[in-house]
Order: sequence, then C-alpha cells, then structure tokens
Amino acid sequence: MNKELTREERTDALGGMGCKRKRVEDARFTQGKGNYVDDIQLPGMLQGDFVRSPYAHARVKSIDSSAAMALDGVIAVLTAEDLAPLGLHWMPTLAGDKQMVLADGKVLFQGQEVAFVVAKDRYIAADAVELVEVDYEELPVLTDPFAAMESDVVLREDLLGDGGSLPDGAHGPRKHPNHIFTWEVGEKDATEQVLDEADVVAEETVYYHRTHPCPLETCGCVASMDKVNGKLTLHGTFQAPHAIRTVVSLISGIEEHNIRVISPDIGGGFGNKVGAYPGYVCSVVASIVTGVPVKWVEDRMENLMTTAFARDYHMTGKISATKEGKITGLHCHVTADHGGFDACADPTKFPAGFMNICTGSYDIPTAYLAVDGVYTNKAPGGVSYRCSFRVTEAAYFIERMVEVLAIELSMDAAELRRINFIKKEQFPYQSALGWEYDSGDYHTAWDKALKAVDYDGLRAEQAQRVEEFKAGKTRKLMGVGLTHFTEIVGAGPVKNCDILGLGMFDSCEIRIHPTGSAIARLGTISQGQGHATTFAQILATEIGLPADSITIEEGDTDTAPYGLGTYGSRSTPVAGAATAMAGRKIRAKAQMIAAYLLEVHDDDVEFDVDRFVIKGAPEKFKTMKEIAFAAYNQAIPGIEPGLEAVSYYDPPNMTYPFGAYVCVMDIDVDTGVTDIRRFYALDDCGTRINPMIIEGQVHGGLTEALAVALGQEIAYDDMGNVKTGTLMDFFLPTAWEVPNYETDHTVTPSPHHPIGAKGVGESPHVGGVPCFSNAVNDAFRAFGLRHTNMPHDHWRIWKTANDLGLHG
Amino acid sequence: MIPAAFEYYRPKDMAGVLSVLEEHGDDARVVAGGHSLIPMMKLRMAEVPHLIDLQDVAGLTGISIDAGRIRIGAMTTQHEIINHAGLTDAAPIMREASLQIADPQVRYMGTVGGNVANGDPGNDMPGLMQCLDATFILVGPDGERSVAARDFYEAAYMTDRADDEVLTAVEFAAPNAGYAYEKQKRKIGDYATAAAAVLITKEGGACASASIAMTNLSDTPVYSADAGAALVGSSLDDASMKAAVDAMLGDIDPTEDNRGPVEFKRHAASVILRRAIENAWDRA
Repeated sequence: MNKELTREERTDALGGMGCKRKRVEDARFTQGKGNYVDDIQLPGMLQGDFVRSPYAHARVKSIDSSAAMALDGVIAVLTAEDLAPLGLHWMPTLAGDKQMVLADGKVLFQGQEVAFVVAKDRYIAADAVELVEVDYEELPVLTDPFAAMESDVVLREDLLGDGGSLPDGAHGPRKHPNHIFTWEVGEKDATEQVLDEADVVAEETVYYHRTHPCPLETCGCVASMDKVNGKLTLHGTFQAPHAIRTVVSLISGIEEHNIRVISPDIGGGFGNKVGAYPGYVCSVVASIVTGVPVKWVEDRMENLMTTAFARDYHMTGKISATKEGKITGLHCHVTADHGGFDACADPTKFPAGFMNICTGSYDIPTAYLAVDGVYTNKAPGGVSYRCSFRVTEAAYFIERMVEVLAIELSMDAAELRRINFIKKEQFPYQSALGWEYDSGDYHTAWDKALKAVDYDGLRAEQAQRVEEFKAGKTRKLMGVGLTHFTEIVGAGPVKNCDILGLGMFDSCEIRIHPTGSAIARLGTISQGQGHATTFAQILATEIGLPADSITIEEGDTDTAPYGLGTYGSRSTPVAGAATAMAGRKIRAKAQMIAAYLLEVHDDDVEFDVDRFVIKGAPEKFKTMKEIAFAAYNQAIPGIEPGLEAVSYYDPPNMTYPFGAYVCVMDIDVDTGVTDIRRFYALDDCGTRINPMIIEGQVHGGLTEALAVALGQEIAYDDMGNVKTGTLMDFFLPTAWEVPNYETDHTVTPSPHHPIGAKGVGESPHVGGVPCFSNAVNDAFRAFGLRHTNMPHDHWRIWKTANDLGLHG
Repeated sequence: MIPAAFEYYRPKDMAGVLSVLEEHGDDARVVAGGHSLIPMMKLRMAEVPHLIDLQDVAGLTGISIDAGRIRIGAMTTQHEIINHAGLTDAAPIMREASLQIADPQVRYMGTVGGNVANGDPGNDMPGLMQCLDATFILVGPDGERSVAARDFYEAAYMTDRADDEVLTAVEFAAPNAGYAYEKQKRKIGDYATAAAAVLITKEGGACASASIAMTNLSDTPVYSADAGAALVGSSLDDASMKAAVDAMLGDIDPTEDNRGPVEFKRHAASVILRRAIENAWDRA
C-alpha cells in the first residue's frame, strides 16, 4: 500500500486551478502537428478564389468570364447573377444590415468580392481570376465619414425607400442616406447642464484609427456537400461554430441537423473570425453545385483589405470637474466609420457594442453617449480586436480624456485618477451609462502599481530631463504613460445580449469514463487561448480528477453542446462558469454514490479534494476514481447508471476585469523613434486559473497594443485604395520591437461567477493601447501638447515635435 | 500571392545561364536569394516566364581578400558576410550594414548580388557599394566587363546591366577609414526611412577624404560627392557638417510613402547623416 498522500500533495496531483500547468496544446503546435483549415485535404477537393474590385466605388456594368471558363481546369465562375435565384447574392450581417456576397451591380470598397472562380487547383484558380473581365464605371469615392454625411453620393441605394425616402434602419431612424444609426445612452440634458455649470471643462477630439486584427492564420473554409445523405460539412476558421451553423441553416434552407460545422485548430482570431464572409457562402454554394468539396483560403492581402477591420472611431469628448478635480460629467459623441456595409460583430441591442463603458474606472455621476454609424467606401467590419465589443475604444477615450483634464487642471494625472476612482465600498456600482460593475478595488491596484515603478522618482527624472532638453543637453524626452482601465466582458446575460436572436449563454457537457478519466465538450473554441489546458484545470478542482485525465474538446457542432463561441473574453466568464456548474452536477451525483458505497446518508459525506469522506472520519472515503467506477459497474438503488452532466450557463451579469499599467518611454525628438524603457502591467482578472497562461495572455495583448499604438493601421488614400495591404506596411511587431514586460496582479473575485473568474485575454490590449499612447502624449506635455492621435509612428511623432517648435 | 506559371531552370555553369538568357531575352530573369523577385512574382507585379536559379552555378560564392582588394561573389549571403572575420577586419562597414538588413531568416538567403543587381531603391547594398566605390563584374555573351557602382543605377529597377548579362561579383578596395552605416527603419524587415553609409579618413585632426551615400531617398541610391567634399579639410566643425548635410539634401529626392511625407524624410536623412558622420569620424 502506498503511503497516504497529504491533502496538499493530493491537491497538487490534480493540476487544478491556480497552478502553472503547462499547455497541453503546445506539443502539437511546436512540432508542426496542428491541423488548420488549410491542412484539410478531401478527395476531389476544388479550390476557390475571388475576382476582387480594384475600385472603392464603381458600377459593375458587365462581367465576362468566358476566357476564364475556357482555361483548362476551371470548373465554374460564380457571379451575383448565379447566386440571385438562390437568394444568396446578399447575406445578413451580425449588425442587422445585409452585405453583398458577390457584387450586385456595384462595388463599395476596394477588394470587394465580384466573382468566385472554382478550379481544380489553386494555381489555375489564380490564373482564371486574371482572365475574368469586369467592366467598371467608377463612381465618386467617400473615405471620410464626415464628408459622407454631407454628400449627395448615395452609397447604399438598396436601402432607399420609395421616391428616395429613408426607411428606418435596424437600429432606428436614419438622418442621411449614408447614415446607419444613432445610438444614445445616458442623460443628454442633465449632462449638458452639468458641463455648463462646471468649474472646469476639458474638450478633445480623439481619433482611434482603423486597424485590423491580422491573425497569423487568415480566414478560410472547406465546404463539403454530400449529395447522397444531404449533409453539409463545413470546416472553417470560425470563432463561433454553432452560430455559423445556425446562420448557414437560416440562409441556405438546409436543416440544421444536416449541417456540421467544424472549427479545427485556429491560428489566432482576435475578432477577425467572428463574422461570416462571402468566401464561406461561395464555397458552400460551389460545393452544392459541384457535389465535391471546395476550399477557399484567403491570402494576407485579402485578409488585411477585406475581412473585418477594427476601430475607426472619431470620438469627441467633454469632461467636467470641480476645481479640486472631482469629475462631475462626461459627454461623448462618436462618428463611427463602418465601411460599405454594417458588419459589426456586436450583440444585437448594442450597435456600438459596450462603448457605454466609457466612464471607465471613475465615479462619474452624469454622462451621455451618442454614436452615429456611417457608411463609407471602405471594407466592412468593426469587430472587437482583442477586446470586448468596442471596449478598447471606450478605454482609450476615457483614459485620454482624464489626461487632458489633468492638463486643464494642472494636476498630476495619477492623483486625478485616484480621487475619482470608484471606491471599493461602492461595488456593485451602478454607472451613469447603465452598467452594474460587479466588483473592484482600484485604489489598492493603483497604489501598488505606482509604488512598483517609483512613480514620484519617475516624475522627478522626467522634470530633470525637460530641463536638460531646454538647455540643449539632450534631444530625448521621457514620457510616463498611465492607465487604469475597467473592462466589461463575458457577454452575456441572455436578457440583454443576443447575436441574431441567439442568447449569449454558453455550455459544457461532461462525461466521466468508468476508469476515472473524462471528456468535456464546450460551446466555445480556442484560437490559442489554451482552453484544453485551463478548462481541464477548472474541472480538476471541481470534480477531483487529475487535469491530465480530462480531455477538452471544442469546435465540432455535431458533438459539442450549443454555445456562442470565443471572443470578447467570454470563454472563462461564461463557458468557464458552465464548466464549473456541470462539474458540480457531477459532484452532486458522486456524493450520492459515495454515500451509498460508504453506507451513510448523503449529508454525512463531504467533498475533499479528490474524494468524498465521512464527516468527522476522513479516513473513511471513496475517491472520485472509485466513485466513477461504481457509477458504471454497480447497481445503486434510485440512481441511474453513468456519470454525466451538462450545464447551460446564462450569466447574471458581465464581469469587470481591471488593471493598472505604467509605461516609461524615451522619445528621440529628431527621428520620432520611441524606446520603451519599462512596461509594468498589473491585472486583476479575479480568480486566477493558470498564472502562466495569464502571463502569456498579458504579453500577447500588450504586444498587439504596442502595435496599434505605435504604427499598426489600415490606411486609405483619397481614392479608397488601401495603402497598408502587406506586412511591409502593416505593423506586426516581432521580438525585436517588443520590450520586456513586468506583470503583476491583485485578486478581486467576481461575486457572481461560480469560481470568481473574470477573463483576462483582452485586458492587456484594452489597457495597453491607452498606456502606450499616454506615454507619447505625456512626453510632450511640458511643451504644451494636449493630445495627438495614434498611431504614434516615427513621422507622426516627428510632426508633433515639429508643430511644437522643438526642431528649432 | 500565387505566381503565374513559369519555367524553372537550374544550370550548372554560367554558359547554361547565358544560353537561357540569350534565348528568352527579357522574358528570362536570374534568381539568387529570391527575396525581391519571388514576392514580386507572387504579387504578379513581375512576370518571369523563364526563371533561372543560380544556386548550382559554380564560382559565384565566396569572399576573397588579396592585397587590400576585396572580391565578394554574387551568391554570397548576407549571413556569410556578417560571419566572415577577414572581411570584418578589412571592411567592418560590410558587417555593420548587413546586420541592419531585414532579419536573420532573410539574411540566410539574401545575397549581395541579388541585393545590388535588382535595382530596388530600398536595398541597402547599392548605397553601401557606392560609398565603397565598388566595381560590379558582369558577364554576358561578349565576356566580362566591369561597371562602377556609382554609374550602375539609372532608375528604380533600371540599371546598366543588359538583359543578357549576369552580375557575378562585387569588388572594392579595403577602405581603411572610419566608417558608419546608420539606418532608420520602422521595424525589423523594413526598408530604410533614411540610411547613410559614410567612410572618413583623417590626417592630423582634419578630414582627408570622405565618401557618403544615402539609401531609399531617391529612385536610385544617392552618392553625394558634394557632401563628402564639404567635409574634406575640416575638423568637422558645425559649418562643414551643415555644408555636408545641405549638399546631401541637394542630391536626394525622396517621395512620400507610409514611412512619412517628404519633409520628414529630408529631416530624418539629415539626422541620420549627421550621426553617421559623427560615428565614422570617431572611428577614423
């Protein structure tokens, strides 16, 4: 008989919550054994490729595909005309709009899908694309949303009513043919009154530029229609496979049980893989028409130019305070550039996502937000790039406005934040724009962060640097970037969160095997987050079986329970909660089995790490492994055989992770080159499931934040040409550009989440962008700068310095 | 990112290369490391029906240093340049510049010949070769000829090389001078926003000679004889430094791109050149 392990040793042996369990996914990813969409090869598979518009706005007068069809190996060239009889030349978007699958008489952005070539191999398909002749008539191009709202050029004639009238859109009345919606939250009159009567009001216009999630793996799919059994199998890069199944069923008319959607390994999503793209529809149609599988995988340029972008918010703010610095009101207006179609991925009732979290970490009694969505000749999208719905925009806005207010008040920006934070005892806190913040302890996090970086020392050094600069002894300035962010993640409660009418719950189904191992399936899908590692840890702690004995499976709609997928940091808050709740159902049944086996009443046994023990007599116990075996091999009166559970979890509230970040940056005033000397990130994501994975998430999110803040953008010229269509110009940082990150944490568990976890994957991006940007802006504060827009690449920083007269 | 169909040739000797070039004229191109040409083909911006891979052709690699004269075979990679101790002793600017080209993965494949022959204004080696007053060796149907790097570049992607010629080597004298290669770029792998190659010799505290060339600030590399001349005889006082920078600014002709507007590029070029001159002067 082995020596009896201590309780601590038994806990460690589980590899449960709180331990730095190594990622079980990494063996296959680091050995090139992953299975991505483009790895999938099916017998007879054809390849699809798009003819795309070179123009940002044009009529399509004719399409001649005869030369392409004459090329050996070309099977079909689909146009809108071919899709129209099926009603598939347009498709619904997640935002209540509709989008052309293939150009229906006109194109609205450069790179828009015009025709879909299906050929025997990828090379023939590319050759055929060049042979399709499209006759375009160029139309005036609108790339500026403000100009679009004044223009006589109508981008979307399809949305005009009789006689050119303007019927309501999906989100209410429209003010102009190029206007999509107005979304208002808060008290307009009361806010304006507060601003009118305030001691101090700071105003600023903050543009959060258009960028792109740019996952390493681009989007793609393999559609395979089996005409014999009528079943469609669709492999694809889907962040929400079940939602895709439902959408495919609704628009194709194929019954949902005959559609199997599989998300295999996914090489990053960051919001780019939430929506439905024309490539998916065309592949499905092509497979139905040809009866063989059809693959479509976009290249890097197609990914950057046509699949969902992020941000593009023009935000005008007013923030008021007493002369002592107590914030009294916040007013925000956003002009949101949505491109040619409104394909934002937001819960249905939130056309601007959760932008109304823009009061941030501060106790702001009165606030008002209005967002106007506008059509332009740019690619559609507006997805949440490594953030919950529009939360980076909100965090960037408030963290810039607080800095501008600090300048207006001549106050230290750290102190201004401190006196305005929501206090620990105010939680749950009802914000002026409608959210109930579940928990937080901002002052503790803030003080810890400032102490860690010796904030007062940094300010003293900065002041000295300014003196040296003015004396001509240095050409480098120093910026101290501060950010305290509050996220809203884990969408969400079905009462107010749905996508296309699908409530945003999530799910977990567990099967315990007789020998004490298990499989759990979830409605989410990992794209690199490490779900197979962390969800097994949650279960190990909940059900007392080792994490190494638990398989986590996601992404196959034929086997996984229905869920809304992975984005917006919702996996842990929603599916993680479902996992814990399903585990507790397993435990409840195990308790009855244990009591029977120990010949005591159910209430006389209690769970202890990996077993049930008799209360007061812990030497009498049954391990979960023994209980699992009994569940399948022993007739127990009144209890069904087997040990399985399923839980669908509808969260009562969102979760509100927060963090305190500090960036110390040196800036070469002459070249605009930035050097990040130090970056400190304190995150509070509630209960921490795997500290190593959290650290990796923070590193990744900060790196994408650095990218966005310092150079990553989708830029257009006046003709609507994309200027940043390759990785030469679209900034994707490498190890060379990335500084060392110092990570830290506090733990404020969510009071309503079964294990107190809040989600962390997106926090560092939400907090990182304003922190890097604030560092740049702060470096020039002593020279009179209030605000300069991102991206802070070399020439824009140089221009800022030049405009301030710093080049002599 | 799918190239059009092309014929692939992999001759064993230069005669085999030249015969394909002679047969197909400007429908044929040689490929060395492939880091410029292959992406252009994948983007279908370059159509090359006949692609001749040089990697099996004997005699195109290697670095030799003989009596102060350096010869680098066209197929020598930047990685080999960086790690060649003799070259680094004789011409340390080669290593300093090569380390600023792209990233290690590119430098394992990228060659000196491909870098100088393609005529891409973004490439670093052409300006460097002009600074070194290098000679390019070309082989064609009529045999071998040499061209000064300073006379080789005509416009973007347009050089003195004829369609039926192959650049086989670069040659230059070991500089024996203070040196610097300064490059501002947005990120690893990027072309220069502005780059400067500078060689300076010093005699008795005064500048005896100076050679200055700039990269990615015009449609060709820019050798600025006037900028170098402005330094000669001076001890790098403010006036001569300013004269050199002004002369350089008179020779460059940058265009606006995602790296920034012309005004910024001219400013960056000035700053980078000053730094390169100061650095080279300190090493002279």
